[in-house]
Amino acid sequence: MFKILEKQVFSPIIKQFVIEAPKVAKSCRAGQFVILRIHEEGERIPLTIADFDREKGTITIVFQEVGKTTTQLGQMEAGDYIRDFVGPLGEPSHIKKFDHPVVVVGGGVGIAPVHPIARELKRAGNHVIGIIGARSGDLLFWEDKMREACTELLVTTDDGSYVRKGFVTDVLKEVIEDKGKENIAQVLAIGPQPMMRAVCNLTKEYGIETVVSLNAIMVDGTGMCGCCRVSVGGTTKFVCVDGPEFNGHEVDWHELSRRSAIFRPEEQKAMEYHNCECGSGCGGAK
Amino acid sequence: MSDVKKPKKEIKPKKNPMPAQDPVARAKNFNEVALGYSKEAVIDEAKRCLQCKKEPCRQGCPVEVDIPAFIRLAAEGDFAGAIAKIKEKNALPAVCGRVCPQENQCEKYCTLGKKHEPVAIGRIERFCADWELATGVKIPEVAPPTGKKVAVIGSGPAGLTCAADLAKLGHKVTVFEALHVAGGVLMYGIPEFRLPKAVVQAEVENLKKLGVDIQVNSVVGKFTTVDALMEEEGFEAVFIGTGAGLPYFMNIPGENACGVYSANEFLTRTNLMKAYMFPNWDTPIKLGRKVAVLGGGNVAMDAARTALRLGAEESWIVYRRSRDELPARKEEVEHAEEEGVKFAFLTSPVEILSNEDGWVTGMKCIKYELGEPDASGRRRPVPIEGSEYLMEVDTVVVAIGQGPNPLVPRTTKGLELTKKGTIVADPETGATSKPGVFAGGDVVTGAATVILAMGAGRTAAKAIHEYLSNK
Ligand SMILES: Cc1cc2nc3c(=O)[nH]c(=O)nc-3n(C[C@H](O)[C@H](O)[C@H](O)COP(=O)(O)OP(=O)(O)OC[C@H]3O[C@@H](n4cnc5c(N)ncnc54)[C@H](O)[C@@H]3O)c2cc1C
Ligand SMILES: Cc1cc2nc3c(=O)[nH]c(=O)nc-3n(C[C@H](O)[C@H](O)[C@H](O)COP(=O)(O)OP(=O)(O)OC[C@H]3O[C@@H](n4cnc5c(N)ncnc54)[C@H](O)[C@@H]3O)c2cc1C
Ligand code: SF4
Ligand code: FES
Repeated sequence: MFKILEKQVFSPIIKQFVIEAPKVAKSCRAGQFVILRIHEEGERIPLTIADFDREKGTITIVFQEVGKTTTQLGQMEAGDYIRDFVGPLGEPSHIKKFDHPVVVVGGGVGIAPVHPIARELKRAGNHVIGIIGARSGDLLFWEDKMREACTELLVTTDDGSYVRKGFVTDVLKEVIEDKGKENIAQVLAIGPQPMMRAVCNLTKEYGIETVVSLNAIMVDGTGMCGCCRVSVGGTTKFVCVDGPEFNGHEVDWHELSRRSAIFRPEEQKAMEYHNCECGSGCGGAK
Repeated sequence: MSDVKKPKKEIKPKKNPMPAQDPVARAKNFNEVALGYSKEAVIDEAKRCLQCKKEPCRQGCPVEVDIPAFIRLAAEGDFAGAIAKIKEKNALPAVCGRVCPQENQCEKYCTLGKKHEPVAIGRIERFCADWELATGVKIPEVAPPTGKKVAVIGSGPAGLTCAADLAKLGHKVTVFEALHVAGGVLMYGIPEFRLPKAVVQAEVENLKKLGVDIQVNSVVGKFTTVDALMEEEGFEAVFIGTGAGLPYFMNIPGENACGVYSANEFLTRTNLMKAYMFPNWDTPIKLGRKVAVLGGGNVAMDAARTALRLGAEESWIVYRRSRDELPARKEEVEHAEEEGVKFAFLTSPVEILSNEDGWVTGMKCIKYELGEPDASGRRRPVPIEGSEYLMEVDTVVVAIGQGPNPLVPRTTKGLELTKKGTIVADPETGATSKPGVFAGGDVVTGAATVILAMGAGRTAAKAIHEYLSNK
């Protein structure tokens, strides 16, 4: 059992937990993730390690409520216990010193996983340009943490309710034009699939190497089931063990988005079941 | 007792039948199919045994259970004696009695089998083990603590057995398991209707009573490594029993379409995550009306039978060779047929087709014929040119085999591997190329059987004990 030590609510649907998990905290590195299961009947869901404290033995996760499990997770409070919590999983980010500045892009809840990578890149001596964005200002979080993790930070909102109006790709384009494409060593983007895909389309035009972190559907997270497979550069990879980071220009986005939708009707059913207020203890009570 | 010694008695030609759930009813539920013998039936069956001097059956058992002796005790109604005899060699009899391919092992060599049906050794073994589980397992005595720490990686039959034997010898054993429950394939692979999970968990509980610390949610190669366990955590020996959990795919076009599962994913969702109870349990599984399972082993039979239970209208085994070469246990093939699983022999897909949404619509298949025998002695399937045809299916389960998961091998310094990625280990001891590190089960042999994994765990435990004693 893994104790929730702290809970922070960033918005009605975006929440942060600090969880006691010394084994994971001891060895995790930027870019890796955990898989958790709330209770005995629960599903195993992957969440990125957004921060960690080796001394205290804690892991920070930030998640967006998009379906049954994340909603149920969001209803938990500090002091509650999560049944299973396994990690660190996946390969860590490839951190090195680049000759030119690097750009990290975090969209929506993707800001959280970008954070430790940005921090490590800066620690390795890089000039890190951060771009973070959200649908609206109230969905934006960790601006301060990101400002600290990056050398310079640019913020945008889709609806213009905070700082400026525009997608992260708009800002990225301005940065590339401004600095010159030869002066950007790499772009790293994490966020919803359409956003990562849009970033890749843009950087492909400029020929800038781009790394993305894929959120395929997973079960075990150890390479045992193949559920998370994606085509990258024409070969099949398992996101959980070969990734989650890949060269974004080689990812078959079409296939990934289709595979992500496999269980959509079931996900809706699970949500309805969860929200049922019939009072018989059918699902909502769990 | 005198009545079992006389060989002149009248021999019943057939095994006592195994009571089983009705095929029509059971094809829709996940309850165990084979219900187990009654006390009367097991004694009657045990009395069929001729008590042959040469004990041919015993040579057929990979771990040389003293079969005539335990059957004699069972015939006398001394089930406590019988199970004790079995457990001298087999640590997991309730499991092996259910899933061993007896027709290729002990029962294959039974003298009765020359003219009649062999003695139902597996069924008698299962009865004795279930009898013990029901009446309460005696926890064996544990030797005084040796103060030595051993790490066991993986909690399949190899790891569980190795851990139990070492604990009995007084060593402090910690088992690290990647998943959230212990049991390996016994929990995530073999379905409930063939091996109830309560049986497996009873074995796991017994292990805990021996003082073994089982740490689930612990992926070695990720949160720690074999080297760190030995150098930093004070483990003096390590046993690697991580199995063969990496699914192979066909590498044909279309395999990443929606509706194509590896058998591991299909069975894990169902058995471990209980998708058949969705939405009471959260993990979903989805299948269409017509399911094709590629392969012919136990894994394929399990997947095909599971598909029926999940509501598929048709469930097909698509196999490259013919019926005679099916590697699955005979009983599973029979059960599958009774339940309505259909077979397409001498057939293999060359491409998986899908619609504009990416969902499977069919497979382009090719027919095979049997040619000359290959190295394994089985006749090699040769494709028939121009025999391509379309098989309409909407779900495909790939069950063509598994290899070892590379997580541990890749992160352990100085561990010699074969080209296939299995760990090189001495069959007599389980010792690997790295001092203090032993291995056994599917990670050494490639996908094999429960009894071989159990035996390898036991062999390694003995060798680890010697290694620690001489250290
Ligand atoms: C490596 C990785 C890291 C991730 N990190 C984060 C993170 O830091 N914060 C965050 O909010 N989300 C993260 N996700 C996504 C998160 O796992 C899903 O949002 C979550 O599983 C949804 O579960 P649900 O029951 O609430 O929703 P559901 O209703 O089940 O599904 C909603 C959506 O989530 C996706 N999804 C469903 N089940 C899974 C599953 N088992 N594995 C992966 N995706 C699934 C589906 O494609 C669907 O579009 C990550 C995913 C991956 C693969
Ligand atoms: C569907 C199916 C049906 C089968 N039917 C039969 C049958 O009828 N009869 C029969 O005799 N055999 C059968 N087998 C084969 C049999 O189950 C295996 O040969 C046997 O389980 C191998 O045992 P093992 O202990 O070597 O490995 P496994 O049972 O595979 O256990 C290995 C364990 O190690 C864990 N692990 C892996 N990597 C790590 C890591 N890095 N860190 C920590 N833990 C890790 C895994 O999660 C797993 O729990 C079947 C197999 C399958 C898949
Ligand atoms: S362990 Fe398997 S092979 Fe050995 S006697 Fe029992 S059923 Fe037969
Ligand atoms: S999640 Fe099972 S192999 Fe990646």
